Amino acid sequence: MVTPALVRFSGIQKTYDGEHLVVKNLDLDIRKGEFITLLGPSGSGKTTTLMMLAGFEVPTEGEIYLSDRPIKNMPPHKRDIGMVFQNYALFPHLTIEENVAFPLSVRRVDKSEAQARVKAALRMIKMETMAQRRPGQLSGGQQQRVALARALVFNPQLVLMDEPLGALDKRLREQMQLEIKQLHETMGITIVYVTHDQSEALTMSDRIAVFNDGIVQQIDRPDALYERPVNSFVANFVGENNVISGSVETIDKGYCRVALKAGGTVTARAINVSGAGAATSLSVRPERIAIIPDGASGDGANLLPAKVQSTIYLGDHALAVLDVADNAEFMVKLQPGAHDSLKHGESVFISFRPEDCLALDPV
Amino acid sequence: MTAASLTGANTETNVPLKRRLKRAERARQLKAFALVGPLLLFLLFTFAGPIAGMLWRAVADQEVRQVLPQTVTALAGWDGKDLPDEKAFAALASDIQAARAAGTIAIAAKRLNYAQNGFRTILTSTARNLKASPEPGTAKETLGKINAAWRDRATWTTIKGASGPVTSFYLLGALDLVRNADGAIVAAPPDQAIYRDVFARTFLISLAVTALCLILGFPVAYLLAALPPARSNLLMIFVLLPFWTSLLVRTCAWIVLLQSKGVVNDSLHWLGIIDEPLRLIYNRFGVCVAMTHVLLPFMILPLYSSMKAISSAYMRAAASLGAPPLTAFLRIYLPQTLPGIGAGSLLVFILALGYYITPALVGGAADQMISYFIALYTTETANWGLASALGAVLLLATVLLALLYGKLVQGQQVTGGMKN
Repeated sequence: MVTPALVRFSGIQKTYDGEHLVVKNLDLDIRKGEFITLLGPSGSGKTTTLMMLAGFEVPTEGEIYLSDRPIKNMPPHKRDIGMVFQNYALFPHLTIEENVAFPLSVRRVDKSEAQARVKAALRMIKMETMAQRRPGQLSGGQQQRVALARALVFNPQLVLMDEPLGALDKRLREQMQLEIKQLHETMGITIVYVTHDQSEALTMSDRIAVFNDGIVQQIDRPDALYERPVNSFVANFVGENNVISGSVETIDKGYCRVALKAGGTVTARAINVSGAGAATSLSVRPERIAIIPDGASGDGANLLPAKVQSTIYLGDHALAVLDVADNAEFMVKLQPGAHDSLKHGESVFISFRPEDCLALDPV
Repeated sequence: MTAASLTGANTETNVPLKRRLKRAERARQLKAFALVGPLLLFLLFTFAGPIAGMLWRAVADQEVRQVLPQTVTALAGWDGKDLPDEKAFAALASDIQAARAAGTIAIAAKRLNYAQNGFRTILTSTARNLKASPEPGTAKETLGKINAAWRDRATWTTIKGASGPVTSFYLLGALDLVRNADGAIVAAPPDQAIYRDVFARTFLISLAVTALCLILGFPVAYLLAALPPARSNLLMIFVLLPFWTSLLVRTCAWIVLLQSKGVVNDSLHWLGIIDEPLRLIYNRFGVCVAMTHVLLPFMILPLYSSMKAISSAYMRAAASLGAPPLTAFLRIYLPQTLPGIGAGSLLVFILALGYYITPALVGGAADQMISYFIALYTTETANWGLASALGAVLLLATVLLALLYGKLVQGQQVTGGMKN
């Protein structure tokens, strides 16, 4: 399935002060109809990337193409890109209806048609009854829905969302995530979404671009990002992760033997190691680890001694915090109830399969 | 207090919640009141008191009443259709003699002269020529002989009109209106009708100055709100710089700049743009320039504070929704600055209405505003009644404007912003 790229970032660099690059050499294709998330910690360049696409920042180097047209020097209002802001940015002096009608009226859309489209947009977000209210009279969630309707009502080629759910509480955020996802699927729009919340990114996206330090670390589907991170940063940033430091002894057919700093060896998939003797950080997801009290290992699995620090009950699951190979915050996910038998200070063994343990670049 | 404590002593639950709340808050309220007390007293004595005094003087009419008390009493029952009866003439003769002895004739003469030009002569000549009290029954004849004006009904109407204790004379005068001999309100003779013109001029100049301040102040306020704090603070100092010198100095500086041998004219002449010096001062132009300069900060500050509250996200949102910069400005930014525009304009307009020193120094005769006449009547001619009446009319106009503005602002709050 080769869909043509709607947006192409080509060799984009951006600096604000002329000394530090906020975005370093960005090449990124965004396909038509796709929901792509720019994920990263603050200062990683993801918002700057979005602002360059929206036209509020000018790239220092490189070119951005929208539908194969260079748009680097095109002012924002001509780009035909809808945008949803973190703080909604609804115009406080206009009613909800007037807010949603704004993009149509500046485009001089015919009055009756505009009215119908505004009505449809308000119905889509289930807010027909609030048409005459002002933004100040709505809750945060309602305001964000209006902002969404306003950004979609003029059928833009592309919709940008800059941490749109950041100001909402958790429950509302999760509900809005699903609503946005549904809108994307039913309307077939292209969405570029910026967030620093990895679970939000995993929930909503077709593809995620993980940013760090001005560089895209990995662009992939959510499951691939979680299962096959290409480096330690991605492994640590997306989902929960346990890290064990060691050095590579041998590499063979994609697997390597790693001698741990704290003693002992494990077998791991060689993902991002330069060769025998190189330092590496091993990454194991908490749900891929079993606790074995007596140390009876399965066939071929890695087995390490551990000491129980504490257990945390979380309703649908439980976590055991262990001390494993000098990592005192080693997490293991358990069935709820399974944590009862673990006592603080108890010595146990953990086991995980070699294919669930990734040898990545040293942290 | 006792009732409250009694019921309180009975059962705590019987006391209404409202009263218990009041009692609980009383100490705090007293403390708060004690803190604002001094200011309240100060305002009462320096602000509310003088204004009440001015309003009273605008309608008070005591002079004739004090100087000619018997005449006023005698005229109380006069219907004003014919000459008053003998009793009134006798009372007047007796009053004039008493006033002459007391030396208070001039007080009444001054007041009566306001109402009827030449009355001072009538009264003083009568006082001079009335050697002795006229025989009973001959007062009418005697006074008529001394001055024929006493045989004129209008003379008596004037006295009756000025007999107080309150009068609409000054207020009507401030609006170029007078009462004729029959007591009807008519327009004042053209040679005396000047105040409507002066009020119109005052409002016109104030309006022009407000408009100039808005046009000049808006971009400055925008710049202040848009610049990073360090530079906007520096700029703010420049905005406030005029407050560092006195109004008089600033106004005189304009005289230095704008006079015919002043800096501006000399520069223009030197540049060869003009041959004859331009008339830049002692006219409407000079008044508007100097007043705009003085009042500009009062426009910039409210504008700045309203612009500061407008997030840059709104303009970005407008741009992303397809609005070109001018449309975004007109439809999104400008409506949100309306409260600031309203507050600044009202402030400048009201301050301009009462301006005195600047137009007096840099204006010509035809540019004097109402305050000039108020000052003139207060200090030069001591016609406090008319001065107060002019002040009262000005105050009324100002209060109406302020109320109108309050209505606009309130309406805006109810709907949560202005419609565009």
